[in-house]
Amino acid sequence: MRDLVIIGGGPAGMAAALAAREAGVEDILILERDQALGGILQQCVHNGFGLHTFGEELTGPEYAWKYIDKVVEKEIEYKTETMVLSISPEKVITATNATDGIFTVEARAIILAMGCRERPRGALATPGTRPAGIFSAGTAQKLMNCAGYSVGREAVILGSGDIGLIMARRMTLEGAKVKAVCELMPYSGGLARNIQQCLHDFSIPLKLSHTVTEIHGRERLTGVTIAEVDADRRPIPGTEEYISCDTLLLSVGLIPENELSLCAGIALDPVTGGAAVTAARETSVPGIFACGNVLHVHDLVDYVSEEAATAGKSAATYLRGAQEKNVDLLLRTDGRIRYTVPQKITEKADTTVYFRVAAVYRNASVSVYSGEKRLFTKKRAKMAPGEMESITLPASVLPENGELRFILEEEK
Amino acid sequence: MNLTCIICPLGCSLTAEICGETVTVAGNGCPRGAEYAKNECTNPVRTVTATVPCGKTRLPVKTDRPIPKAEIFSCMDRIHRLTAVAPVKIGDILDKTPWGANIVAAGNIEEA
Ligand code: SF4
Repeated sequence: MRDLVIIGGGPAGMAAALAAREAGVEDILILERDQALGGILQQCVHNGFGLHTFGEELTGPEYAWKYIDKVVEKEIEYKTETMVLSISPEKVITATNATDGIFTVEARAIILAMGCRERPRGALATPGTRPAGIFSAGTAQKLMNCAGYSVGREAVILGSGDIGLIMARRMTLEGAKVKAVCELMPYSGGLARNIQQCLHDFSIPLKLSHTVTEIHGRERLTGVTIAEVDADRRPIPGTEEYISCDTLLLSVGLIPENELSLCAGIALDPVTGGAAVTAARETSVPGIFACGNVLHVHDLVDYVSEEAATAGKSAATYLRGAQEKNVDLLLRTDGRIRYTVPQKITEKADTTVYFRVAAVYRNASVSVYSGEKRLFTKKRAKMAPGEMESITLPASVLPENGELRFILEEEK
Repeated sequence: MNLTCIICPLGCSLTAEICGETVTVAGNGCPRGAEYAKNECTNPVRTVTATVPCGKTRLPVKTDRPIPKAEIFSCMDRIHRLTAVAPVKIGDILDKTPWGANIVAAGNIEEA
């Protein structure tokens, strides 16, 4: 029996482990699938990480090493190249690796920190042939940065999420020609700074309201047809344009990786694709916590580390038997606000609620209602789906039970 | 001139007005944005990152300070000529560039 087992040794898993140790948990085991700790940060060799947490600009690997060094210093046990196969609702973990074979670990508490994966080509149903040369942006990033392959010579990128933007620059630096970045929506899902430094710096065109409508080529990709889309995201006839290229990168969204959560019987939020959690980041199964991109996709790793620290601390509180559940609030949204994390509040304390909006809203306010009573309002000049927003509700405004409704109103 | 600040993830929209020697900046959420806008109008700079071979794996590298934007591709040429030998630590200098920046290791590799 172990006190705390953490699934995943990326930024979330490591920050959770360190916070749990800080809060007095001695017996911690991290299980990591890859060869080393660090998770996806190891392939994110660009800079811009950690300004929030460390006050300096770091590359992904440098950010990861800050945490790896601490995990080693605190002698927190971890197993790499270890794949977790299942978790039971009774918190028995089955895993496998080359040294131990298939083994089980019983845990008093578990923190899920498995991260997310990319939406694949199959999820898009783009017509055309199936040639080589189509990669998800993150796969291309790993091939290029960790294995040293040049992924292609002429590329089109579908999707303007941050990984796609970062890869547009990376491929350009390695000598490829990125001919266009197509974005289905009328706005980019990536950070404004990445549009500037990854596209504008290299004069790469960003085609908003455009998608790839056909893929050409037999052995290797030879080109794609792109077209403009209407307000319902349907291609507009007559706007088709052929672009020759040998590479198509897909940066079309990330999905929290929750197969293990499902086998533990954890209730998921259909909007985030991650577990529905309390402010302590506890899932519907007592003693199982979740944090980082397995819960909902974050914009910044700094926020992942922050959330993971909350989960780590909460697991420690749970293990001490000191959890306080003195309110019972369900958080609801109006659709314009797509989701909140947490989805439940069970403790009367100052609570930061993170949320994402469904479209771009200008001069809008977000209000929190309990019944007819407005508890809190926050005004924002601009909110966009690509940027996670937050509201901190003071403990004093929280009612005992019922629903908290999050409502977005645009000013006339 | 309209600019997007790239210094932090907030990405403030900046306007910079150039009047002779002085640059007046508006829209910045913090002082770093003003500095960025001034540089952008006079001598835009960028940090360059990449990876270089190191035995069987690859070592992440970066310029330890931003270099002139116009030199990004010459900097990549220098990076392409580099190989690293383990052990290497974060901050180890692999190359000195003519632009006042060093190309340094941005990861740790213990064994060869
Ligand atoms: S001006 Fe300051 S707050 Fe705004 S993006 Fe630049 S660094 Fe960030």
